[in-house]
Amino acid sequence: MNTTPNSLRNGPDDRGFFGLYGGRFVAETLMPLILELEQAYADAKADPSFEAELSALSTHYAGRPSALYYAERLTEWCREKSGGKFGAEIWFKREELNHTGSHKINNCLGQILLARRMGKTRIIAETGAGQHGVASATVSARFGLPCMVYMGAVDVERQKPNVFRMKLLGAEVTPVTSGAGTLKDAMNEALRDWVTNVADTYYLIGTAAGPHPYPAMVRDFQSVIGSETKAQFFAQKGKLPDTVVACIGGGSNAIGLFHPFLDDPSVEIVGVEAGGHGIDVENGHAASMTGGRPGVLHGNRTYLLQDGDGQILEGHSISAGLDYPGVGPEHSWLKDTGRVSYVPATDKEALEAFQVCSRLEGIIPALEPSHALAHVLKMAPTMDKDKSIVLCLSGRGDKDVFSVADHLGETM
Amino acid sequence: MTETRISRRFAECAAAGRPALVTFVMAGDPDLETSLAVAKTLAASGADVIELGMPFSDPMADGPAIQAAGQRALKGGQTMARTLDLVRRFRESDATTPIVLMGYYNPIYVRGSEAFVAEAKDAGVDGLIIVDLPPEADDELCLPALGAGLNFIRLATPTTDDRRLPAVLANTSGFVYYVSITGITGSAAPDATKVAEAVGRIKRHTGLPVAVGFGVRDAATAREIGRNADGVVVGSALVAAIAASLDADGRATAKTVPAIGTLVADLASGVRAARLAAE
Repeated sequence: MNTTPNSLRNGPDDRGFFGLYGGRFVAETLMPLILELEQAYADAKADPSFEAELSALSTHYAGRPSALYYAERLTEWCREKSGGKFGAEIWFKREELNHTGSHKINNCLGQILLARRMGKTRIIAETGAGQHGVASATVSARFGLPCMVYMGAVDVERQKPNVFRMKLLGAEVTPVTSGAGTLKDAMNEALRDWVTNVADTYYLIGTAAGPHPYPAMVRDFQSVIGSETKAQFFAQKGKLPDTVVACIGGGSNAIGLFHPFLDDPSVEIVGVEAGGHGIDVENGHAASMTGGRPGVLHGNRTYLLQDGDGQILEGHSISAGLDYPGVGPEHSWLKDTGRVSYVPATDKEALEAFQVCSRLEGIIPALEPSHALAHVLKMAPTMDKDKSIVLCLSGRGDKDVFSVADHLGETM
Repeated sequence: MTETRISRRFAECAAAGRPALVTFVMAGDPDLETSLAVAKTLAASGADVIELGMPFSDPMADGPAIQAAGQRALKGGQTMARTLDLVRRFRESDATTPIVLMGYYNPIYVRGSEAFVAEAKDAGVDGLIIVDLPPEADDELCLPALGAGLNFIRLATPTTDDRRLPAVLANTSGFVYYVSITGITGSAAPDATKVAEAVGRIKRHTGLPVAVGFGVRDAATAREIGRNADGVVVGSALVAAIAASLDADGRATAKTVPAIGTLVADLASGVRAARLAAE
């Protein structure tokens, strides 16, 4: 860990806080486990063999490094929109090319190695869009551990291809019907499983949220995205990018891209939240930082969508992966410090970006990064041509083709 | 801490040679008026301490019965202000039965801890049990609560080992709530032998009464657990009895309050027989 004074990369503190946010707000039954996990992760980080094993798997199993790609036709498209005068270069960090089709594998490989070190014999996970569920099922298959994935019943319905993938990989998928049957309810149910099966079970959290040390640990495993981006961009352009952009649900791909750039003041950093039907529509979006306020849920303090009495709202997004009422605590802190700008993109804007990217680049993006792309398509035409934006293309859109067809009124 | 309704009640039970019966129901389940009548019936039928759940949208440590109770209460319009009002109205006719509010931190956090503990004390609340505030987070609510003269009752669990126990007990007051199983509320019945061992272990670290809960659903279990514990907590079974008494639309019926009275009287007979069985 970087310990430079005044660095934005030193968090969290030893109690797991990033300023006001983060911490360990869990039931006593889980507290000893959380402390044990923190120790195990500290030991693993200090052990070169852990890093070596993770690095080998990342290369030979997940396919890292992922490509950094210049999206030439999208860049040209934005330049034409500006009348030819403006238009920053648009680059994609191609996390969708990873094994399992998203950035989620980065975190899952790190945590499954940790679970093995801790002697845990059963894996549980929560999933929204199914990307983390698939990645968890994948690493569990690879290491021969049984895997139980909790998924909201509504999400099971809108992400059928991923549900079947998880089953093919040998995982058991439990649809969760409590609450609204989406990601937060899946996380509640996973926590209930964990508190019941504390002795043998490892909870593989998929995003940079939850009790300490998860937010820091998931960030560390995802930071490979930003570190590679920095080196690859420098190799091609001899400088840093001017802007980096990523979508935010819980915010794991975003913190992975952002963290290595936090201490580079010339780099503008933008996180794009799910604006759903619009920020002004009550309970019609999932933009917890733009439209929420601080509260405590799922083991950490962070920005939450909630009513005046502290009851958590469900939120809405076209994307099951962004449909979460909270956000990783480090993002909440980065918002308050002003280092990162957080903006919303609506369902409609994401759907348009999804189609434009497919037609112009021959890349079908997932609906989640389509939100980030929607914002890039707004900002690129206003920036000079010698500027560059790197977008984290966090996942591929195969899983979304059915629901997109539905939204576009096509029958398949 | 000075004497409180909670410490007085546990002392009275100990003097009578029996464990205390601690009962949990959800505030506002299924509506405010029924809930007030239920609370009064609990006290009249043999409950020594009343825990009132503060409904929360995301009860991560609760099983299906208490989850559903919280949903019913929220659907019935329950808010924190109404929960405090419920306590205030209960106190108009009962000055001695201790009331403990139990739930999760967020609905308190959004009001502000200092403001909340002052309101709770004023309403007649005696103690708080907040599931997602471990001792590591004592500055959040525990210390303000103690400062306001409220008891802060901590959960100890099978995973709380001897190394951790002193930290868990440090700012605990009123009583210690031993969670008899690793799991959520309303799970499998606890193993009485293991529970007795655990209670003994906790009592070596503290002079506070130890109440045992999670999985106690009938008089027989209450009697068995009550042999060694200073209190027996019953929650899911009561909440399930309320659920079973409702009509098809989830509204209270003429059966709701009497159903609670019958069940609590039975549980009370269980705890009153607990020490007889030990002799």
